[in-house]
Amino acid sequence: MSLILFIQLILTGAVRSGTSVLYAVLGETVSEKAGIVNLGTEGCMLMGACVGFIVTFQTGSPWAGVIAGGLAGGLLSLAHGYLVINCGANQLASGLTILFFGLGLTALIGRDYVKQNIVGFNTIDIPVLSDLPFFGPVLFRHDIMTYIGFLISPLLWFVMYRTQWGLSLRAVGESRSVSFSTGRSPARIAYSAVFIGGVLSGLGGAQLSVAFTHFWVEGMTQGAGFIAVALVIFGLWHPIRAISGALIYGGAYALQLQLQTMGVGLSPFLLQMLPYVLTLLALLAFGKASRRAMPSELGLAFNRDG
Amino acid sequence: MDTATPVTPELHLPGESAPRVQLPGWVKISRSFVLSIVLAMLVFSAILLLMGKNPVDVYVQIFNGTLSSPYGWSEVIVKMTPFILCALAVAIPARVGLVSVGGEGQIYLGAIFSGFVALKFGDALPTALLIPLLVVAGMLGGALWGGLCGVLRAYANLNETISSLLLTYIGSLLMDFLVAGPLKDRSTSALGQSYSPLFPDNATLPTYFDTRISLGIIFALLGVAFYFWLFRYTRWGYKMRVVGGNPEAAIRSGIRVGRYLVVAMMMGGAFAGLSGMVEVIAIQGRLRGGISNGYGYIGFLVAWLAGQRPILLIFMAALLGLIAVGGDSLQIASNLPSSSVNILMALILFFVLRDQGLRAMKAKA
Repeated sequence: MSLILFIQLILTGAVRSGTSVLYAVLGETVSEKAGIVNLGTEGCMLMGACVGFIVTFQTGSPWAGVIAGGLAGGLLSLAHGYLVINCGANQLASGLTILFFGLGLTALIGRDYVKQNIVGFNTIDIPVLSDLPFFGPVLFRHDIMTYIGFLISPLLWFVMYRTQWGLSLRAVGESRSVSFSTGRSPARIAYSAVFIGGVLSGLGGAQLSVAFTHFWVEGMTQGAGFIAVALVIFGLWHPIRAISGALIYGGAYALQLQLQTMGVGLSPFLLQMLPYVLTLLALLAFGKASRRAMPSELGLAFNRDG
Repeated sequence: MDTATPVTPELHLPGESAPRVQLPGWVKISRSFVLSIVLAMLVFSAILLLMGKNPVDVYVQIFNGTLSSPYGWSEVIVKMTPFILCALAVAIPARVGLVSVGGEGQIYLGAIFSGFVALKFGDALPTALLIPLLVVAGMLGGALWGGLCGVLRAYANLNETISSLLLTYIGSLLMDFLVAGPLKDRSTSALGQSYSPLFPDNATLPTYFDTRISLGIIFALLGVAFYFWLFRYTRWGYKMRVVGGNPEAAIRSGIRVGRYLVVAMMMGGAFAGLSGMVEVIAIQGRLRGGISNGYGYIGFLVAWLAGQRPILLIFMAALLGLIAVGGDSLQIASNLPSSSVNILMALILFFVLRDQGLRAMKAKA
């Protein structure tokens, strides 16, 4: 295999396996911009994957499935919002609670669907562009959810940095009291951020079951939600840089698959450590930048006035 | 931490009865716990009904699998061991103001270190000599992983919540790597199975009453006693509390804050590592991936729900242990997935967190 082809395969794989995580990273980014960490992202992804699969199976429409999956993730995240925003609960404990709820509920409702098959989304080759050398296969031969995911990223950038709502969102994450005193409602903005975060995580989960694997199995996200929380930091809370985190994660996964098929004796587990080691090193190297990029009131418990 | 409820003068509207007597803190807390459990059971029943299951059957099965027999009780105690130890791994750093979510990774490091000792010296040494060695190895592994977060926090200003989360994955992947590679059991050719060879017979913990209850639970209770003693009676514990309560004041009074941060993370990690040791030595008998099953995260919840108070911590671990064992019996008896009890657990946590948060809000306002 030529080097070019090898790189092309890795990059294609990076996009393919990174998409689901990309959705979750984007969702967590929005939530954290409003100052709320959601460790329950994994639970929201599972809800999306499970509900998305079930609805696709029942209706035969992958679009209905994906939408239902996104809503399921969003609904679950509202429970997190309630605990954190209305009750001032510890954010990490609340997130873990959400995670266990998602784990349990999807195991229960998804049980009868474990060995089922769906049609789901298939890859769509974009005319002309998919025939480009090298870039064609890497970028333009994916399922529709992948294209949408990579489009949401710049869209979110626009919303976060070029709209009134985005300004409010960032203000709430920096200082609730200041944004309150400028006439905003920190609670309402935080709620919407948490909900959008949950919807995006749910879509990520749905992408996994409806577009990527076409099956559902208990716990199928395998920690991707936690990885997303880590990758948000790698992306310095920025929706465009979030792509780099997702691609490194997907790339490490793809590289490991390729090396295995080529019979290279490097352990896949060592390669899978790569995203975490890189994130740690990046945090050490760019510690100042990441501390500056981090929303100032991230993780802080809410009190009565928001 | 216990925040005393401020005595606020209350307005008495006509028709309202005489001033209410302030209940002592522990009564309020136990009332809140009982209410939370009842509410959670009701909501879980509703979910089960929607799924076409009979909730009464489910509760009866959970009861039958846990509290109705000595065996059930013993299994609950077995499950409590990692929950208590992992809660300590969170509670000790919490006292110096650190939020660690890395118990899960520290478990793997403790398991790897002690497993290595068991494989290496298990044949050569008698059990009596081996056990202290295994304990030290397990605690060392966990302390290393926890201490690393402490060092990064104290000397590189890297947030310990983030680093402990990242190290969790590195820890569990390290285990996967070892049991698929250097420490793989080469005697079987079973495909896809990755684990180390079984430990030699000497490398084991004594068990009691013909059950799976092992020396591990004693370690866990001793750990809680140590935790209580450390923060109640020692100068070290006192200084750690100062660091946690007011880092600024701690620096001004000449306490070397960094050192206490690192030590707190190491102590916490050591307990999680100990739990990893108990899991592989007493339960699994070999090294394998996926041994932890979320114990580190459950430990976090136990510590947080207990407000880091020692007695409450044991109680919460028992409650969550009971639910976890109940889940296994559901799987066997009523053909529900065992993780469906996670719903019940999450609902209890939901209501407890809600009360806890609202109380804290009230105290602050």
